Amino acid sequence: MTFSNNGSIGFSDEQAELLEVAQRFCREKSPVDKVRSLLDDETGHDPAVWSELAELGWLAIAVPEEFGGVGLSLAEVVPVVEQMGRSLMGGPFLSTTVAAQAVLHGGTDAQKNALLPDLCAGTPAAVALMEGSGDWDLTNMSCTASRDGDALVLSGTKVLVADAATAAWLVVSVSLEGSAALIIVPKETLGDDALQREVVIDETRRSYKVTLDGVRVSADQVLSGASAAQTLAHIELVTSLLLAAEMCGGTASCIDYTVDYLKTRKQFGKLIGSYQALKHPAVDALIAYEQARSHVYAAAHSFSAQGEGEIATRMAKAQAATAMSFAADRAIQFHGGFGFTYDCDAQLYRRRAFWGDSQHGDSAYQRKRLADLMF
Amino acid sequence: MSNPTQQELDEYRTEARAWFTENTPKDPGFMLPLTFMEVGTQQQFDFLREWQNKVWAAGYLGANWPEQYGGRGLPEVFQNLATKEMSRAGGPIMINAIGLSWAGPLLLDMGTGEERARYIKNILSAEDIWCQGFSEPENGSDLGNAQTKAVRDGDEWVINGSKIWTTQGNFAKYMILLARTNPDAPTKYKGLSFFLAPMDAPGIETTPIRKLTGEYGFTQTFFTDARIPGDCLMGEEGEGWKVAMRTLEYERGARGGQPGGYVMTYPDITQVVELAKTANYNGKPAIEDPLIRDELVALLMESRSMRLSSARTGIAPLNQERPLSIPLSSKLASTEFMKHMAEFATRLQGTRAAYYVGDVDAHEHGIWQRGYLNSFSATIGGGTSEIQHNIVGEHVLGLPKS
Repeated sequence: MTFSNNGSIGFSDEQAELLEVAQRFCREKSPVDKVRSLLDDETGHDPAVWSELAELGWLAIAVPEEFGGVGLSLAEVVPVVEQMGRSLMGGPFLSTTVAAQAVLHGGTDAQKNALLPDLCAGTPAAVALMEGSGDWDLTNMSCTASRDGDALVLSGTKVLVADAATAAWLVVSVSLEGSAALIIVPKETLGDDALQREVVIDETRRSYKVTLDGVRVSADQVLSGASAAQTLAHIELVTSLLLAAEMCGGTASCIDYTVDYLKTRKQFGKLIGSYQALKHPAVDALIAYEQARSHVYAAAHSFSAQGEGEIATRMAKAQAATAMSFAADRAIQFHGGFGFTYDCDAQLYRRRAFWGDSQHGDSAYQRKRLADLMF
Repeated sequence: MSNPTQQELDEYRTEARAWFTENTPKDPGFMLPLTFMEVGTQQQFDFLREWQNKVWAAGYLGANWPEQYGGRGLPEVFQNLATKEMSRAGGPIMINAIGLSWAGPLLLDMGTGEERARYIKNILSAEDIWCQGFSEPENGSDLGNAQTKAVRDGDEWVINGSKIWTTQGNFAKYMILLARTNPDAPTKYKGLSFFLAPMDAPGIETTPIRKLTGEYGFTQTFFTDARIPGDCLMGEEGEGWKVAMRTLEYERGARGGQPGGYVMTYPDITQVVELAKTANYNGKPAIEDPLIRDELVALLMESRSMRLSSARTGIAPLNQERPLSIPLSSKLASTEFMKHMAEFATRLQGTRAAYYVGDVDAHEHGIWQRGYLNSFSATIGGGTSEIQHNIVGEHVLGLPKS
């Protein structure tokens, strides 16, 4: 197979507008002292900010108007998530957006009507896909659902379910009669002890182990508008695109944070940014960031294109994770002794890059998938 | 002409395609240089000079330059189309690289009317080949410390000293020359002036330099009481550094205004993909090896990102905070990438990576092996990658000077 490696990039007026608004909003609502104050907060985010961003219509961006949305696409969500990432903003925006896309892709019109208008208005949701096997292949699952009259009875455990506690409902992947299925699990159907908070490397996240044993839901909660395998593949790419955007934004502010220090800290009587041992890797981080940003906006632009969308998205995720990991690693090192402390923000970025990289396949895994797609 | 219609563009493209299909030379029977820095023989030189002249005469080089100076006065989009067609037909490089890409745009930008009238047309036609006299044996990266002297004597300047890495120095008619006119200036930069020096002046001699590939392409240029006319000074005396810095912006591709064509043919990463499919790596096609696949994808991503970034510079909202970031880092990123790609393409040949140009068993005549060695010309020339790091660090990130 011969392929074109050109890719393409474009930028809509709506993207430009959202980029500007989101940048201002996130800077104002999520300064770093706020981020730090939320690290110890049980919910990990400010509900007032959540209400505001729901009012701004951000949850509705990529939902069609007939289901209460604005009717734009994920390309317009990308600048918003990028700016949230830039400000290390916590909260269930990414999870909720992915849950909405899961229902849009896999649900029936009735399911979309039942869930999406509320979601657009600010009801958080999340997806529960990962299991203890650690497999990035989402179709490999051991959780099951079995029929019991008009109900489904679930069993098994999901792990690393981001924002499960704030979500009003979860999209849960299970094996049903030997095939993959996605089931809407309303919060109230979960047992009292179903959620167990996990300690995760990125302290701005809220992540849970979800025990499904004994959960009963109505059989009409199965997403039945498309095959679950297709919807899972879609979810994987949507999440990858948004994580790439988030990491790209994080890389930008990590570089800013480091450069500020290089311009103010003196050693041996000179600003440390004048030393090439620090200056040159800072430039390498900048170049990696610019490459990541180009990949991210190219992926946003071509996300829905058959074939090319997946290639662009996997490239974006691989590059964004690589760029943020490098920038944050150097950020810690270049802050010297202070970099080793909890008070230095460099660790926030480094921890976040690990989270993003580990979700839905790290950079090496993305390259492996890309090789299979391209060669 | 402003805002050409799609129909006009389509017609132009059709004409250009037909012309290049008809006129692009076939294999001349000897190895053609892939870049302007590899012109090692008179045979190569004559061939390429004739080719450039022919392209220009047909209107496909400098179409975007003013008519009064030998161009066609068309919007740049036409020339870009012509250049694409030249590339599509696999046309050889334009030989007069320093004239076309650096000296020409510089003269259009900062030269006087008289200078433009005198030099530009013959740059396009390849009648006058240009070379560059910036680096010296003792002053490479520290260009501002150049010590070649120029002393005014009546109507002439008397030049003494030596310049090095003079690409096509043995073929050139003119040199853009940075020389010290005032050794006592308050700073080393203010003592420099910029000249458009005729290479046939008495007292100028060139000696070929043999490159690491074993081939030729550069000279060292010696000035021994060389006398050049007084009007060779470009700009004001003492402003040479400013003019030289502008020249380097053209050289590094950070500033547009070139007359089209290309002075290097870059191997494309897709050629490496094809190579990986056929090359035998430890008993199997290289493309089946997991580590080779991983590295190849990384290179594809990097190659694509540079194209995307170049397109992104046209999207203002995505360049607001550091508008110079992509333009100023592209030389560093692209030259290091080309080197890595050639190195990888050599390595994935397995045992055959050991062959070199001249051996019958060398893959594609050893083009990647030689390409790797030659790629250093770009990571060193025009400001080394280390200097580029300083430039980006200081001018884009705002870090203090090293």
